[in-house]
Amino acid sequence: MKRLRIPRSPKVILGLVILGFFVILMIIGPYIAPYSPDDTSFAALLTPSAHHWFGTTSLGQDIFSQTLVGARATMVVALVAGLVATMLSIIVGVSAGYIGGFTDDGLSLMSNVFLALPGLPLLIVIDSYLPVNSRSNSLVIGLIISLTGWAWGARVLRAQTMSLRNRDFVESARIIGEKRMRIMFSEVAPNLLPILASSLLFTILYSIGAYVTLAYIGLTSTAVWNWGTMLFWAQANNAPLSGEWYWFVPPGICIALVGTSLALLNFGIDEFINPRLRAGGLSGRQRRRLGQPRRQRLGLTPVHRSAAKAPRLASTTPTSVTP
Amino acid sequence: MRLIGRRLALYALTAWVAITVNFLLPHFMPGNPIQTMIGKLQGQVTSQEINAIRLSFGGGLNQSLISQYFTYIGQLLHGNLGVSITLSEPVITALKTSVPWTIGLIGVSLIISFLVGTICGALLGWTRGSRLDSLIPTATFFQAVPYFFLATIMLLVFASNLHWFPILGAYSQNLQPGWHWAFVASLLRYGELPVISIVLSSVAGWMLGMRNMMITMVAEDFVLMSIAMGLPKRKVIMAAARNAVLPSIANLSLAIGLVVSGALLVELVFNYPGVGDLLLNAVQSQDYPLIQGIFLCITLAVLAANLLADLVYLWLDPRTRTEVAP
Repeated sequence: MKRLRIPRSPKVILGLVILGFFVILMIIGPYIAPYSPDDTSFAALLTPSAHHWFGTTSLGQDIFSQTLVGARATMVVALVAGLVATMLSIIVGVSAGYIGGFTDDGLSLMSNVFLALPGLPLLIVIDSYLPVNSRSNSLVIGLIISLTGWAWGARVLRAQTMSLRNRDFVESARIIGEKRMRIMFSEVAPNLLPILASSLLFTILYSIGAYVTLAYIGLTSTAVWNWGTMLFWAQANNAPLSGEWYWFVPPGICIALVGTSLALLNFGIDEFINPRLRAGGLSGRQRRRLGQPRRQRLGLTPVHRSAAKAPRLASTTPTSVTP
Repeated sequence: MRLIGRRLALYALTAWVAITVNFLLPHFMPGNPIQTMIGKLQGQVTSQEINAIRLSFGGGLNQSLISQYFTYIGQLLHGNLGVSITLSEPVITALKTSVPWTIGLIGVSLIISFLVGTICGALLGWTRGSRLDSLIPTATFFQAVPYFFLATIMLLVFASNLHWFPILGAYSQNLQPGWHWAFVASLLRYGELPVISIVLSSVAGWMLGMRNMMITMVAEDFVLMSIAMGLPKRKVIMAAARNAVLPSIANLSLAIGLVVSGALLVELVFNYPGVGDLLLNAVQSQDYPLIQGIFLCITLAVLAANLLADLVYLWLDPRTRTEVAP
């Protein structure tokens, strides 16, 4: 397999930097928090200051510490749910696409049913019946979220597997007498990698939204600090209307940043899969360096290898032009 | 036509799955929630109401699961979704008062967001690489923000601080609901901010999808041909956009579920008297019959919307109408 060339566009780099920051926060957040998130010994509703960077809640808890500590639960649930959902979608999607026949019919039907069911209401119903001690368990919540989030990935992977199934290299592996499992997971699966990555990012994005939403409406244990719980308390104490912006803005911005970083990475993958989008992602300066017009007039989108190699390519024609 | 039949069958199956999940959940969750709930209710509500609640979960617990299941389905077909514990009125009555609000709010937002997103996406795709591309990261950010957070911020900035919009609710409390001008005007006025926040959160998805399809479409031969033939630019864009919009419509059914889920929470932020608000109250007071009724109601509505989107797609794309051997 060729080494994957991830496009080094500014979008991807920015996405990686932001995501990396929050992954580090997930690991060290609880250790570097200046106070305990439950500590109520400070004055209530302090505005941000040098002592309390994000101010305090109406109970006098330090919001900065809550944000740092909350990073772990939020990110862990999102990652667990995203990984489990992607595993499910690989198992269902690749088998359906490769085996075909009745297996395909059955599995496709199952994923279509799950796709049509609105995820959040289903999550709310399941979660509202959970005993309270399970609600504080990040793993349980993550698993339930993954149950509602795998279907889209399965559908995309199935389509791609079907198009790979009859390629020559798969055919030859079959003739050599490779086992079906081996062909599915060593021949077909690696070629699904870009789509797989995009589907993983998508499910993590979905999971973080789902988890925060559940917490926001009070369906996860309030004993576990996460960004959704913070928003829940802010809303419950009418912070938005009383103008206590410092209470709900930090967790909200964190969620948005993690989400943006995932979406930015997804752009990179999209541009990797569809080269036509790559030229679309260039800035004006890069475009000039490549000798491309700033705006393409005709219906032509030049495909170029990578923005990083741009100077070398500039002397030749702006690479192949696909109609 | 066979396709319509197949989609119908799929949605019927999905509805059945939702109904069955709804039935099985309270029976198989640890801690026997139905018994606990009914135990808590003794003395609070009349025995008649307890019976109705019990019936909506499938009748007495001494019966077999299968017979409970059929009792449950029978009750559903008669429109008995049980009695809400907190509101002490039938769930179906509670739904009847809140569903129109939600359908109005979400319907309007969905249409605006789809139109605006598709048009912007088509233009972005056409002028790819221009300064307009800097809209994309902004749009992505809005897409990544949870609906309710964006709504909260808008409420704080535009309603609470700047007083550009009324704060909470769906209409001015001084007015009698009814079909007269003052009420309708107040309805529109109070609807502005919720609609804007739902549109802002959901528009990016349509926009980015359409942009990517448009970039691919603009490279097709027919576009080059029409430009070479000297057709006016507007006509060429229209022709390309008409083809590029098809995947967006095909994805409409998937997106409807997501937008509805998000919009329910926007209602919550704005105290909009719709299903989302009802759902939150039900969740916080552990009003199981109401939660389950709302879940079924939302699911059926989303499925109906999906079917509609599929029909539109079939009508728009002649290729899907030809019967292809499987």
